Amino acid sequence: MANVNPSAVDPAAKNPSAQTDALRVGDLVFTSRLFVGTGKYKSFEQMVSALDASGTVCVTVAVRRAKLGAPKGESLLDHIDRNRYSLLPNTAGCYTADDAVRTAQLAREAGLSEIIKLEVLGDEKTLLPDPLATLEAAKILVKDGFKVFVYTSDDPILARRLEDAGVAAVMPAGSPIGSGQGILNPQNIRIIVENAKIPVIVDAGVGTASDVAIAMELGIGGVLLNTAIADASDPILMARAMRLACDSGRLAWLAGRMPKKAYGAASSPKEGLSKISKN
Amino acid sequence: MTDIEKNSGAARIEINGEPRHVAPGATLADVLKLIGAPKSGFAVEKNGDIVPKSRHASEEIREGDRLEIVTFVGGG
Repeated sequence: MANVNPSAVDPAAKNPSAQTDALRVGDLVFTSRLFVGTGKYKSFEQMVSALDASGTVCVTVAVRRAKLGAPKGESLLDHIDRNRYSLLPNTAGCYTADDAVRTAQLAREAGLSEIIKLEVLGDEKTLLPDPLATLEAAKILVKDGFKVFVYTSDDPILARRLEDAGVAAVMPAGSPIGSGQGILNPQNIRIIVENAKIPVIVDAGVGTASDVAIAMELGIGGVLLNTAIADASDPILMARAMRLACDSGRLAWLAGRMPKKAYGAASSPKEGLSKISKN
Repeated sequence: MTDIEKNSGAARIEINGEPRHVAPGATLADVLKLIGAPKSGFAVEKNGDIVPKSRHASEEIREGDRLEIVTFVGGG
């Protein structure tokens, strides 16, 4: 039941390319399933190279007070090619629905775009989402015309409630933000995917490439990550690893994995073994 | 900023929590030019309400106004 193999129904998926297998979120089309954050890099130069290596087409950004009188070249947007990357502003750092809604509205005014990564956190230690405040803010933003990509816990019922509220995509956490613990509850992510009619993007918790592959093999639409690239010893190399892992996991999902078995099953024929007879 | 600060009738305002002085009758567009705000990729709130770009040229700034100017920074 978990293995609903889309290649069985969609001929284009049999030979997937970035174009035929693009992720669609409402009317938005993403030719890469990797969403990459722009925080924590050592320099803008490093960030630019890492984004390039990741193959992403959509990057997240945060909304903060502008530094007054900052010279040209010091602003993030001076380093992001808007023809290549679309911006997904976040409401990171918001702990109430009101703050998140206000931040989203400022982001829309600044970026002239309706897409927002909604994030309402419960506390500073765990950085886990506040489910009730997240749902409350999601309802307000949907009503206000936003295309809401909502960061949430991996709770399947909450994911459904958010979908019912009209969000564009649900983004369950693999594990806490920046923790690098990977996908702690793949079963919950699987249930969310099975129930959802909108894209599911795993957001937060990825530590290394295999986490991305494991997440993609669950049939999700994409993965959003930041720290796993930015905090790697070589962020550019890790960005490339993430790109390959994302493609690998996606292809494995489309291919439909073999069922797990309790015991060994030989790959070579049992019959026809050559026997040497000695006198 | 200097020439405006010399003006005795300067209006005291706050931008991103910092006190500033602007000429009486200055518009929001004047203030943004003065502080060297970028041409795009930012948003302005005056006293808690967003002022859309289309209104920057006509929005008058008065004594005691609190401006918040935000932009995009690196984030996940």
